[in-house]
Amino acid sequence: MNLRRDVFQAIADPTRRSILLLLTTQSMTAGAIASNFDTARPTVSKHLQILTECELLRQEQQGREIYYHFNPTKMKEIADFLEPFRKMWDDKFNKLEEIMKNYKKE
Amino acid sequence: MEQKTKVIAENGKQELTITREFDLPVELVFKAYSESELIEQWMGTKVLKLESKKHGSYQFETSHEGNVVFRANGVIHEYVLNEKITRTFEMENTPFPVQLEYLEFEKLTETTSRLTILQLFKSPKFRDQLLQMPFAQGINMAHNRLQEIISSLK
Repeated sequence: MNLRRDVFQAIADPTRRSILLLLTTQSMTAGAIASNFDTARPTVSKHLQILTECELLRQEQQGREIYYHFNPTKMKEIADFLEPFRKMWDDKFNKLEEIMKNYKKE
Repeated sequence: MEQKTKVIAENGKQELTITREFDLPVELVFKAYSESELIEQWMGTKVLKLESKKHGSYQFETSHEGNVVFRANGVIHEYVLNEKITRTFEMENTPFPVQLEYLEFEKLTETTSRLTILQLFKSPKFRDQLLQMPFAQGINMAHNRLQEIISSLK
């Protein structure tokens, strides 16, 4: 089994998660992506390669440039991305419960 | 242990469902959604405007370190006491189109209740983008990073 193709492995790295977030609403070239990080450019390239291999990113040639696109269909396989959203609501609803329990006592 | 809050987002659909069971009577959960002071407390947002009635509107604003980082507004289409709220939800200064939200409040017992929120998006793509937004800190992202992203959407 090729570990690189494992989506969970891919998003375990914080730089790779940041890259994915950066590409959520826009497509960018490798250079533009790298300029957002202090990490050396070859390291960013490596991350892009891993993300592309596991299909979280798609490459598209536009003239001389290669643009990286986020591939959301693959993302849905990742419970990890649904989990922060669920957790956010869970925290808010816990707060609601706590506040309204006190409200009831007043 | 079963999770009290559940999120269902089926592949390729433009909707998502959030359900939550509360150890509270349904009246109190509904109240928490109807009064500005209560919303401010549990949502952690400032309520600029809230008219809890049919054809009423609302506007929320969230700040971080003195800067407004998020603002949302909408119109209430249905408002049935202790039963349901149907409203639109629009995140200002973002590329996200307006969403439609159906909130259903259900009595389970005298002291417990269930809230079901159905959120409808303009397309499956926008739903997926919303899910990918780094709302929660749990994703190991520094808060300024989050703020940066929100600012870049402006």
